[in-house]
Amino acid sequence: MIATRKGRVGLLYMAPALIFVIAFVIVPLVQLVQTSLTDASLLGGSEFVGLANYARAFSDPTFMRALWFTARYTIIITPILMGLGFALALLTAPNRPLTQLTRGIVFLPVVIGLGSSSLLWFWLFDQQVGLLNKILVDVHLLGQPMVWFTKADLVMWAVIISVTWKVVGFGMILFVAAIQSINTEITEAAMIDGAGPWQRVWSILVPLTARTILLATLISAIGSMLAFDQFYIMSGGGPRGQTFTAVYWIYQSSFISFKLGYGAALSLILTAIILCFSALQVFLTNRSPNND
Amino acid sequence: MTDAIANAAEIAPAEHAAGRVAGEVRQVRYLVGALCVAVIAVMLAPLALSFLASIKTPAEASQSPPVYLPSQISLENYAKIFDFQAGLWTYAGNSLAVAAITILLCLVLAVPAGYGLARFNFRGKEVLFLVLLAPLMIPYQALLTPLYMMFAKAGLANSHLGLAIIHAVLQLPFSIYLMRNSFESIPRELEEAAVMDGSSSFQVLRNIFGPLVVPGMVTVALFAFITSWNEFLAALIFMNKETAFTVPIMLVSVRTGRLGAIDWGALQAGVMLSIIPCVLIYVLLQKYYVSGFLNGAVK
Repeated sequence: MIATRKGRVGLLYMAPALIFVIAFVIVPLVQLVQTSLTDASLLGGSEFVGLANYARAFSDPTFMRALWFTARYTIIITPILMGLGFALALLTAPNRPLTQLTRGIVFLPVVIGLGSSSLLWFWLFDQQVGLLNKILVDVHLLGQPMVWFTKADLVMWAVIISVTWKVVGFGMILFVAAIQSINTEITEAAMIDGAGPWQRVWSILVPLTARTILLATLISAIGSMLAFDQFYIMSGGGPRGQTFTAVYWIYQSSFISFKLGYGAALSLILTAIILCFSALQVFLTNRSPNND
Repeated sequence: MTDAIANAAEIAPAEHAAGRVAGEVRQVRYLVGALCVAVIAVMLAPLALSFLASIKTPAEASQSPPVYLPSQISLENYAKIFDFQAGLWTYAGNSLAVAAITILLCLVLAVPAGYGLARFNFRGKEVLFLVLLAPLMIPYQALLTPLYMMFAKAGLANSHLGLAIIHAVLQLPFSIYLMRNSFESIPRELEEAAVMDGSSSFQVLRNIFGPLVVPGMVTVALFAFITSWNEFLAALIFMNKETAFTVPIMLVSVRTGRLGAIDWGALQAGVMLSIIPCVLIYVLLQKYYVSGFLNGAVK
């Protein structure tokens, strides 16, 4: 009854946020489309060029390489983050002092900045002064300190190691919550029926947390597809531009080479890719059983 | 008698099995304990090593091959960070100012929006909700070019407000989810009683819901702070004047250093200082943080 009498008032309460989003997301998006059709430069001047920027994007080897590199990074790191996150959730889901402490410490790096953690790991990986190299040499995994930042594949692995340390707690904490919300009667019944630990994980825990796994995977993959800080700080896109990510190349084109029009076209291509994943994320989130 | 023996024979294997299960449970517990300790060690090692490097003397911190432990404790690296270029307080001040405005914007926008979404029904609500979630679907990284031009025209380049607006955009969908869930979890009866008494919807919001959604607001503020304090790309682009740098951008220029030589000790001191506020918030307000995280991310 309340709802029907004062329904419209609800719109008033939403209005400030709506205006804010329209002003700082929707309007810029429209401007982005306009800019992408011009040869606008940060130095001034802007001519309409139609779809030329898009044609150029698809024949720009650096952009294509950046997209491919970003995709490869995402495809490699996402299963690592989700798999390790799930394993850590299995380890720490029972509420005991030690497991709770472990959970708290694994989640700790999630709250610190990606910039700070990348600089920390940049130092750990350094060939001259890096302690990670020293540890690997001291335990005889390496004969001598390794140079991590001169080969694209090693750069990627260095970044993956550092980012895994930083964000593995994200998936873990979501999975812990999902596992804990499963009725213990189900797992106990399975145990009485003689299901072994792996069977219980694969046939009960994984299916019953499938929605959370899917959501966490999407959120994590979107984050990886938008990677910038870690590569900007740890590799600077090098060696020879082989570790530019999509966002990094957009930043480089727009703000270092001043090609705003071209950068806008690249941004829209990236937005289109991201939108496929983020729309699914929003759809899944809004279909949450908690909101039904 | 024979019955008793038969019973005992039946019971014995069961007890034996129970004993075996208990033994296995104990073994599993030890294994879990050992794994937990190993995980804790791996997770804390980078932070511990960075801290130890930050209290070495500058020469020792840049020494190759490196050593794990400082031979003497020195605060020189921290002193260098405090005096870095415009001074740490300038940069931390910028970061704090941007974070404060971000928190304010998130609360002012998300509290009423969450109330409207949770407590009113009107046509088109679902569509408008999707509009509010636009920042989730359109990455802000893509919008930095038009925003940069917009802010340059409006005189918001290198301003705290400009960067805070971007951080608020980034944080808004999460904040709105969180506030909507906070309002939804309040029993309807409370509101109905007040409406019977003739309260307006705003009075209901202020007097009845206000105190009840304070935990939700604290969580929104916490996350807004951490997002803003840590955000890198927009700060890099929008705060390009040296005195306008935020802490993460200051760190990158600490690394760039003078004459190409990296001052490793000062860099680690900077890393430590930059993470202190986040770690403090997390440790002191962990309950708000983790529950908020779960509420905003998946529910």
